[in-house]
Amino acid sequence: MGTIENSLYNIGYLETLSYQATPIHRLDPRVKLLTTMVFIVAVVSFPKYAVGSLIPFILYPVALIALGNVPVGYLGKKILIAAPFAVFIGIFNPLLDRQVMVHLGPLAISGGWVSFASIMLRFVLTVSAALILIAVTGFHQVCAALERLGMPRVFALQLLFLYRYLFVLGGEAARMVRARALRSFDGRGLGFGTYGSLLGHLLLRTLDRAQRLHLAMLSRGFDGEIRLLRPLRLHGRDVGFFLGWTGLFVLLRLYNISQWWGTWVMGLVK
Amino acid sequence: MHMADALISPAVGGAMWAATAGLTVYSARKLKQDMDDRKLPLMGVLGAFVFAAQMINFTIPATGSSGHLGGGMILAILLGPYAAFLTMASVLTVQALFFADGGLLALGCNIFNLGLFPCFIAYPFIYKKLVGERPTQGRILLGAMAAAILSLQMGAFGVVGETWFSGISELPFFTFMLLMQPIHLAIGVVEGLVTATVVAFVWKARPEILEMAPPMASGAPRSFKPVILGLVALAVFTGGFLSWFASTHPDGLEWAIKGVTGKEEVQAPKTGAHGVLAALQEKLAFLPDYDFRKPEGEPEAKKEESWPDVNPGKSLAGVLGAVITLLLVGAIGFGLKKYAGHHG
Repeated sequence: MGTIENSLYNIGYLETLSYQATPIHRLDPRVKLLTTMVFIVAVVSFPKYAVGSLIPFILYPVALIALGNVPVGYLGKKILIAAPFAVFIGIFNPLLDRQVMVHLGPLAISGGWVSFASIMLRFVLTVSAALILIAVTGFHQVCAALERLGMPRVFALQLLFLYRYLFVLGGEAARMVRARALRSFDGRGLGFGTYGSLLGHLLLRTLDRAQRLHLAMLSRGFDGEIRLLRPLRLHGRDVGFFLGWTGLFVLLRLYNISQWWGTWVMGLVK
Repeated sequence: MHMADALISPAVGGAMWAATAGLTVYSARKLKQDMDDRKLPLMGVLGAFVFAAQMINFTIPATGSSGHLGGGMILAILLGPYAAFLTMASVLTVQALFFADGGLLALGCNIFNLGLFPCFIAYPFIYKKLVGERPTQGRILLGAMAAAILSLQMGAFGVVGETWFSGISELPFFTFMLLMQPIHLAIGVVEGLVTATVVAFVWKARPEILEMAPPMASGAPRSFKPVILGLVALAVFTGGFLSWFASTHPDGLEWAIKGVTGKEEVQAPKTGAHGVLAALQEKLAFLPDYDFRKPEGEPEAKKEESWPDVNPGKSLAGVLGAVITLLLVGAIGFGLKKYAGHHG
């Protein structure tokens, strides 16, 4: 069972992507976070039968992937892994909504399929935006941005702590699971009994670690007050990035350019 | 179980964000008040524990499936509600960012469903009441079981409600509920069993750890009532405001643009007899009047006033335009890649 190692590797890999030095990586994290949020809100604000008008929004992830040097295949795989829930809920739309909505020559497409396509498109856009955010920003920078945007400091610290010890405890869990698998024949010992004490022991180790950590913090002068040194400065290019994309999202929200192009080309053909 | 961005409307996402942000700030303040500075590292490491524990599976006999820990309940028992809520929220945030579980806008919904219910409702009102001051193994089992099942039922109901209010999925409210609640009954039983086993294990090995939690959870359960009421009010207010905004200014962005430029697109007149549900959905669907719209009338009415644009020419234009846009986006991406290659 390589799932734990896999997950940890994935987290680490996404984080490594953020160590690059592209124009996108150099932008202020707050700007990237806010632009991502505006993008997501703009995408989900479309009515449920929107498909054509959502397509121009693909420009944003594509541009960030290209400029930020994010591997497309890897991103695609991550999106596929996250897909089941949206597919599971979305697939009811074609079953429940069978009214024909679009005719393409002999092909009649029901409203359900249109809205299903819309859900899938939304899913790909929102998920890729979130993953790209991490790949071009990095977790620490996202936390810094969140903290500067008003998130309680305790929570920012909690996120950083969690992230730091994720790999430690994840590694410990992976070793325990491997040890259990090596001692198991015919699937015996993978049941609840072993699992309970396995988890219990992991928890005890966790608690011990927390205690050592606290002592270490105390001996380094921790007094209950948290101080974060996060110098972030907005430059002209950051403001430009935010305003440019936000403006484009508003325009794309208002005008369906793909319909417009289609009509234009059809006119040319006639 | 994680809500996805693709299935929610901005009104629902915004309302849930407002509620969870409020609760996060409130919990952070509460935590600072009775700061026991052992708790900070403990929260961090326990968050990592939950994260790791969620990846360890066990096989459920005779079903071929496997189960794992969810974590909200166990955190509440070990840390008390406020710290547990922040810890659970942090776990969900990392999952949303790194695994795209849920999404950034749906994060509010997910923290609400998986954090608020176990920490602020099931733990103080069910677990504490059942287990009492002197835990025994039986009581721990009973309390953890009841609390886990109930909080998962509430969480599942939250998913159903949020999906329904968003109006993106066609699933009718009751069908979806009948689908979700039984599944989460099973998940709740597993969660309760795991929580009880681990808590009982810790209680036997290191009883002082469990004794540490109750005094930390300062404030009697009664004091949660105003908090929860306040949250509900906040969520209702935000949701209501956003829906009002959506219905009076059917296109919020258009409205905002109008404020800036002074012009607005002409809106198509609305026709058709709307059922109560359709009307409600209309109100709740943010910006309801764009492209592939069909009248949400009753079934008989549907035939007469079919979608105004069922018109092969226009559909074809739409598809053609989509293809052109995709090609263009691809070309731009390719160009940018080249550019980045030269200058990177």
